[in-house]
Order: sequence, then C-alpha cells, then structure tokens
Amino acid sequence: MTEEQKILRSSIRDFAESEIAPVAADLDESGEFSVELTRKMADMGLFGIVVPEDYGGSGMDYLSYCIAVEELARIDGSQAATVAAGNSLGIGPIYYYGNEQQREEWLPRLCCGEILSSFGLTEPDAGSDAGASRTTAKLKDGKWVINGSKIFITNSSSEISGVCTVQVVTGMRDDGRKEISCILVPNGTPGFTAEKMTDKMMWRGSDTGELYFEDCQVPEENLLGGRGEGFHQMLETLDNGRLAIAAMGLGGAQGAFEMALDYTREREQFGQPISTFQVNAFKLADMAVEIEAARALLYKACRLRDQGESFSKQAAMAKLYCSEVMGRVVDQAVQLFGGYGLMKEYQIERFYRDYKLLTIGEGTSEVQRIVISRKIGCYDV
Amino acid sequence: MNFIVCVKQVPDTTEVEVDRESGTIIREGVPSILNPFDEFALNEAIRVKEKTGGRITVLSMGPPQAQEALRKCLAIGADEAILLTDQAFAGSDTWATSFTLARAVEKLGKYDLIFCGQQATDGDTAQVGPELARQLNIPQMTYVESIEEIDDGSVICKKETDGGYQRVKSGLPALLAFISTPAFEPKIPSIMEVMGAKSKTLSQWGIDDLGDEDGDYGLDGSPTQVIRVYSPPQRGEGVIIEEPPEVAVDKLIEYLESEGII
Repeated sequence: MTEEQKILRSSIRDFAESEIAPVAADLDESGEFSVELTRKMADMGLFGIVVPEDYGGSGMDYLSYCIAVEELARIDGSQAATVAAGNSLGIGPIYYYGNEQQREEWLPRLCCGEILSSFGLTEPDAGSDAGASRTTAKLKDGKWVINGSKIFITNSSSEISGVCTVQVVTGMRDDGRKEISCILVPNGTPGFTAEKMTDKMMWRGSDTGELYFEDCQVPEENLLGGRGEGFHQMLETLDNGRLAIAAMGLGGAQGAFEMALDYTREREQFGQPISTFQVNAFKLADMAVEIEAARALLYKACRLRDQGESFSKQAAMAKLYCSEVMGRVVDQAVQLFGGYGLMKEYQIERFYRDYKLLTIGEGTSEVQRIVISRKIGCYDV
Repeated sequence: MNFIVCVKQVPDTTEVEVDRESGTIIREGVPSILNPFDEFALNEAIRVKEKTGGRITVLSMGPPQAQEALRKCLAIGADEAILLTDQAFAGSDTWATSFTLARAVEKLGKYDLIFCGQQATDGDTAQVGPELARQLNIPQMTYVESIEEIDDGSVICKKETDGGYQRVKSGLPALLAFISTPAFEPKIPSIMEVMGAKSKTLSQWGIDDLGDEDGDYGLDGSPTQVIRVYSPPQRGEGVIIEEPPEVAVDKLIEYLESEGII
C-alpha cells in the first residue's frame, strides 16, 4: 500500500469508529436512513472517490476506494452500502458514460453529498435474468416516455435521492434481441415515483426503493451514452460494483472476527478464557486465514483494474469469495458469542444479518459462478 | 508568521515490547501513530495560522517509516514536512534529539513559534521541548493549553498549573509545549486532504544537511546511557476494609501487625 492508502485507511477507520459506530445500532433498529451521517461521509470525501477532482471527486484509484468501503463495513454494513452503491452504481455510470454536460450537471452535486444517485436495473420479474427487463422508453416529440417499474434500488428513495440511471428497453435490434439503453431520470420528474422499501432483514440503515414509471417524460438528451449501449454499460458497472461488494464482505468479516477474538479472550468458562480452548482457537485461526486470503484476492482484482488490465474474472471471484467468507465468519462468530450472539445488544447480531445481502445483491453467488466458469472456459468446447 | 511543529511517531499501544539486549523499544510490527500531544500541538498551530496566516513546517527525527506520521501532518494541514533521518542519529537521548532538532531549526531560518507536545507517549520524558528551547536560547512555556493572543512581537498563552491556570506572555520567537485537553477531538483528514498532502513537500535531512559533524548526535552525543529497561513488578491487589471507622481502625491495625509492618 502507498503512504496515502495507509493514511486513508486510518482516516476512514477513525471516522467510522467515532461517527458511525455510536449510531449504527440505533439506525439499524429504527430502519432510518440518516441524511446527517451521509453528509458527514460526503465531507470525508467518500462520494466520488475515483472521480477526478475537476468534478469534485477525490481522484484516487480503485484499491483506495475498496479500502475505504472495507473500513466502513468493518463497523457498519448499512453505511458501507450507501457509499458503495453511491460510488459504483450511482456516480459510476454517469462518470464513465455521461457526456460532458451530464457529468458537469450531476457529478459535483453527487460528490459533495448534496444528492445521491442510483442505478435502476432489477425489476420484479428481471433479477439474475437482467435481459428480461420490461421497463420501456419510447421516443416521442424529442422526449423519452418511460413505463415500467424497478425494485430493490439502493439510494433511490431517500429525501436526498436526486437522479436514477434507469435501464430501459428502447426498441428491438436487427438480430431480434431487445435494444437496451440507460436514461437519467431525476427524482421528482412527473410520472416517476420512488417508494421506500421497509422491513428489511439487513442494511436497515440504508435506503432501498421501489420505482414506478408511468408515462414519465424526460428530454431525449438524458440518454446516457449511445442508444443500445445499456446492456454493456450494465455489465461494466456490475464488474466495478462487485469489487465494492467484495470490500463489504472483507470489511464485515474483519469486524466480526475482531469482535469474536475480543469476546473469546474475555469470556471465561470452566475457569479459562474460551479463546484458549483449541476448538475455539482453531475457529479463530481459520477466520484469520480466510480473511487474509480474501484481502489478497480483492486487492489483486483492484490492482488489475487500476493497471487497466482485464479484471472481470477476478472481480467475480473476489465478490463470490469475500461475501461467502463473511458468511462463514459471522456464523462462527455468533457461535462463539453463544446466547449473547443472538441478542441485539451485541453488534455481532447485526453483522450476521447484514452479511446475507452480499451473496445476493449485484449478482448472486450463483451468477458469479456462471461468470467465472465462462471465463475459465468451461463452455468453450 | 512561520510556525515549526515538532512531532514524533510513537507505537500505538500501551503494552510496548522492550528489547532486553539493547534496552530500547521494539518498533517493528507495532502499529505507529502520531504522538497525541504533538497532534494537539499541530491542531493548535493550524488554528492560529487560520487567524495570522503564515506557514507551518513539521519537523521530526526518526526512522524512514516516520514519513507516514509526517504525511498525516500534511493531510491535517501542515504546509511542509522535514524528516531528520540518518544512521548517525540512532540511539539519541533527549539531549541529542534536541541538539539535532535545534540544528534543523537553525537551518530553516526565520521562525516565530515552535510548537511541541508536552511529552511523547512512549518515553514520557517531557524533556525534548525544554531542551530545544535551551539549545536555541529562546523563551519557553510548558503545560500550555491554548494560545489566547498573538501578534508580531508577542504571544499570550493559557498554561495549566497545579492549582489552576496562568496567563503568560512572552516575546517571540518562543517555544510552547502543549498538554492535551479532554475535549480535544483530533481532526480526521478527508480523502481530499489525504490526496492534497501528496503534492506537499516532504524532505529528508541527514547529518550532511545539518552540518556540525562533531556535534552531539546519536548515541555518542547522548549523555544518558540506558543500562537496563524493565517493566515494574506487578503490584498485588489492595485490601479494602469496608466498615465504619471505629471498626475499620482496629481491623487496619490488626492487618498491619499481621503483615509485620507495625
């Protein structure tokens, strides 16, 4: 790591411990998305980490971004989710595919935390099968008229949600497949409704919305990139997003491991700290090994991306592995906490719930295995 | 105005390991932080600079890895940093350290105030600040909590005493050694500030840059020789007698007699 990355890690760790840790359990309990905390994270420069300074970003590389997400997730999955989705899914598509006018219109406001943006991909009947999208946009009198709905969209329905990159079907291609495009739809546009989804099991302090478009009209120039480029944009966006989800798994596993280690060194049964029972010590040793391996894999994927090399396979591997490592770590950690681990009074209970999104969101573990098996040539026969 | 802040990188643990052979602290493998008293002093320098304008130079003597602490100082708001690092400086006691810092301060030229932490959390000597002032032959104020007023020729500080506070005035240049206050919340640099620190100057000076080769540098220039470093023996648990005074006195006497103390 560079000196900057080391300082970044310690800065975000200090910030997470002093600003997020004291409120994380309450926000989880109430299911409240905190605008105040989001703005504090923006003041730290956590939105637009990889965006150049000209647009209000911090101009760091992807490894730095993932280190920041890892440190947030070590304390709280919900706030890490707000930042990961804000950067990878919200800011990413606008920065990578937006024209100069779109970048200048949105990026400075997004990077300073005035507003959040979201990526409207998943639909009630189009999850892993993203190509099955049914939301349509038809060009009429210089305007896109959008109809359809999206579900499980992070950062889309909060009071500071400002714009959504919506994936829509804009027609049929010559080869008979759907022509998919992305269109920027500002929150508040007539015909666009964002409803907050509540009663979530995990990430309860983050914002998740269900979106409805009913003859929603936006100007033709709100098209992001070229017409028909939406599917490719989505695949690239998810490649990037997977690195951040992997960082959430890694950070969450690290946080759970530290809690388990601290607890087992304090907790005494049969007259000795339970960490000194070999059956428990081995659990902790296995956690430490898996976390170290997860970190090596994720950082390698980030470095490949930062060096401009192909990283899609490693991103899928990192997302799959880090999220599943967190699953194994939180499971054993709760086991080590025993009865106390089942109580909300202990943070480990929240980590146990928060982990579950990671093997589902931004491509399930099964989808990652499809991506990886394709990349390693299983089907090239 | 020109401000110099002297800082030290210290191990981030209260359970420091000691090398039994050399009697020095083992720094390898122990996470390092900026000495908290120095961090407070730097924050005070930044606060003052916001009013007076000027330039903050951070100075540290230490191994090459102390660069990290200096980079953090730059991210927090210092303008420039200099690391005094050389094999010749190794093994310095507080006198040799202050001698080395003094040569660097002289090389820097004109300055108005030197900010130090009262002490470092590893050695806890609280000697380097006062010794540096002596080496430079400038006035010093210790146990300073804050700077209340400053102009071109003088500074007024609030300093802690055993019984309360003193308000002390000094001419410039002067050296201030800061204590920390319970309310102090260290500034956490934002990502932009961390990146901004990259473009600021961080120089390394060795003995050749400071000159005076025969001066009091390193182990040879240190009047203090560490013979042995050891952890104090663990004290046993105390005894609390929870009884009304008339009963407690008898029990206490009985206890002291049984222990052979009286």
